[in-house]
Amino acid sequence: MAIRPPIPDAADPAAPAGGPSREALLALYRKLLTVRRAEERLGTLFSDGEVPGFIHLSIGQEAVSVGIMSALGDADTIASTHRGHGHAIAKGMPLEGFFSELLARDEGLCRGRGGSMHVADMSVGMLGANGIVGAGLSIALGSALAHKTLGRDACAVAFFGDGALAEGLVHECMNLAALWKLPLLFVCENNGWGEFLPTSKQLSFRLADLAATYGIAHRLVDGNDVVAVAAAAEAVVPGIRAGSGPAVLECMTTRVRGHFEGDAQKYRDPDEIEALAARDPLRISAERLAGMGSNDADLSLAAEEVEAAVETALTVARSGRAPDFAAALADVYTGAA
Amino acid sequence: MTELRYIRAVNMALADAMEADPTVVLIGEDVSEAGGAFGASRGLRERFGEARVLDTPISEGAIAGMAVGAAMSGLRPVLEIMFMDFTTLVMDAMVNQAAKARFMFGGQASVPMVLRTPHGGGLGAGPQHSQCLEAWFAHVPGLKVVCPSDPASAYGLLRAAIDDPDPVVVIENKALYAMKADVEGTPPVLPIGKAVIRRAGTDATVVAYGAAVRTAIAAADTLAERGVSVEVLDLLSLQPWDEAAVLASLSRTHRLVIVHEAVEAFGIGAEIAARMAQIGFDELDGPIMRVGAPFMPVPFSKGLEDAYLPSAAGVVRAIEKTME
Ligand SMILES: Cc1ncc(C[n+]2csc(CCOP(=O)(O)OP(=O)(O)O)c2C)c(N)n1
Ligand SMILES: [Mg+2]
Repeated sequence: MAIRPPIPDAADPAAPAGGPSREALLALYRKLLTVRRAEERLGTLFSDGEVPGFIHLSIGQEAVSVGIMSALGDADTIASTHRGHGHAIAKGMPLEGFFSELLARDEGLCRGRGGSMHVADMSVGMLGANGIVGAGLSIALGSALAHKTLGRDACAVAFFGDGALAEGLVHECMNLAALWKLPLLFVCENNGWGEFLPTSKQLSFRLADLAATYGIAHRLVDGNDVVAVAAAAEAVVPGIRAGSGPAVLECMTTRVRGHFEGDAQKYRDPDEIEALAARDPLRISAERLAGMGSNDADLSLAAEEVEAAVETALTVARSGRAPDFAAALADVYTGAA
Repeated sequence: MTELRYIRAVNMALADAMEADPTVVLIGEDVSEAGGAFGASRGLRERFGEARVLDTPISEGAIAGMAVGAAMSGLRPVLEIMFMDFTTLVMDAMVNQAAKARFMFGGQASVPMVLRTPHGGGLGAGPQHSQCLEAWFAHVPGLKVVCPSDPASAYGLLRAAIDDPDPVVVIENKALYAMKADVEGTPPVLPIGKAVIRRAGTDATVVAYGAAVRTAIAAADTLAERGVSVEVLDLLSLQPWDEAAVLASLSRTHRLVIVHEAVEAFGIGAEIAARMAQIGFDELDGPIMRVGAPFMPVPFSKGLEDAYLPSAAGVVRAIEKTME
């Protein structure tokens, strides 16, 4: 039935022997928590009618965003998906600009014109979430071409879901990236679902085999363990930047919420959803931290600080202005204003 | 005065733009080793190196999206799509990505890319290698569309398009590639959005662009022999188009005919006619006429294609009709 590769265990050879220090892991944990709290808050704001449009939450998938981004710098660029809040926040998009955008304020980084599916912060190399499944791969491909042509010591990262694998653009982009040895990291967030249908009913192939076809190194990663994701990213990113060509990281992860907020997930077995708690990225990291000697006080301090940062950003966003129509109309082309 | 061919003007514009700005790169199928399917990039690989003149696999969707991402990351890509018919495969990149990036990211990004592509029939190339699809692009907020009619405008508009901070679709007519004209030195860079009067006249205005400008001038020649003075306005830019110039000419002649090779229905001519009916109504002394292709695919047979393409005789009839 399901063509889901097994989730690698903690003995994944990708994870380096040492792993991060307690401080480093605590910092990653704090980022996971930031994405989680920001999205949980969005969930309530959405049901209260404060956030318009469609929102797709990445709850359960935060370790992919945080782990990959831990290996990147501001010069590295990413192209994201419809489920892009975690990518944006982990890449460094400030929470105020983020919430202001989600609340459709003029102070939002996209000035209230993009919303959830288009959150972007060019100043940190976040080239945008994307409402078109698969489109981000070609944007990242172009960004990688620019890095290479302009001689930058940087790479581009394309995030995409397992559902996107059925788009023809994936083939075109993998072929081109491999052919031209572009500094491009493909990150597939394999959550087993594409909207309301398991991807086992959408795909007749494995990503590992597809990558092999292009001669691109593929690595299966436990996408809910931020340490494993970070280690996998660190293992490939320097080589990619240095010109060794693209790589694929397939991060096995879990979509806890519906496809979008408001999706009651009637098509899903409640037991399956319940079982996801055991693989919660926050829980996995907290357990690792406990094993390294962190106590509950460390974690609750982090939680309090993150909570406060999210609420502060939200308060600022709520006090923002509504976008001006004339200004928006004048901004379709450069310099028309 | 030197003689310049249309395709050579395109080649010169690419070369001069690459010389002036090291971030300009050419991307497309057969643009590098072969120098372009129509020879537009001939010699540029030798001059600027293969890192800036990139032969791509046959992956229009990916190379268009790649141009968008590259433009957002510091390059000025000039993408060649070999036939306009193949732009069906670049629509997501152009319509959902390039056109909207600046707006939907709140002005954080711009997409300084150019999509060069030839449209037009007359070569017996058949239904999938002859279409004029410019109206599709002109309909999308965020894109600019230009359509040069001669060697000088092919140079001037392409330079302007490459310099432009926004995505520009440059549409060349295949039937014009061999066209020659005398130019003095390097033709000037032309402003996007400005039309030019190709022939002054007092009795009727014919608005045209691309290869249809020749058709309009031929019609004007015919009518001049009969004592009718026709003004031919070459739009050059389709998005934005020079509404003020069309209105000014209409205000002098009081008769308006719009000609294009594209299918007449829902075309560029429909937009111009609608706008002039709205803002130039009091100036009109006759119905606004459109001359375009019939609502059918471009046929292959010479006889069928000749009958399909807008002709000078058809333009003459339209002018006579509005002057009745
Ligand atoms: C081109 C395109 N087709 C369809 C959709 C509708 N759609 C949005 S998300 C989605 C599922 C994508 O699945 P996947 O790539 O696995 O991402 P996930 O939602 O699981 O994060 C679909 C079909 C779209 N936005 N764009
Ligand atoms: Mg999925």
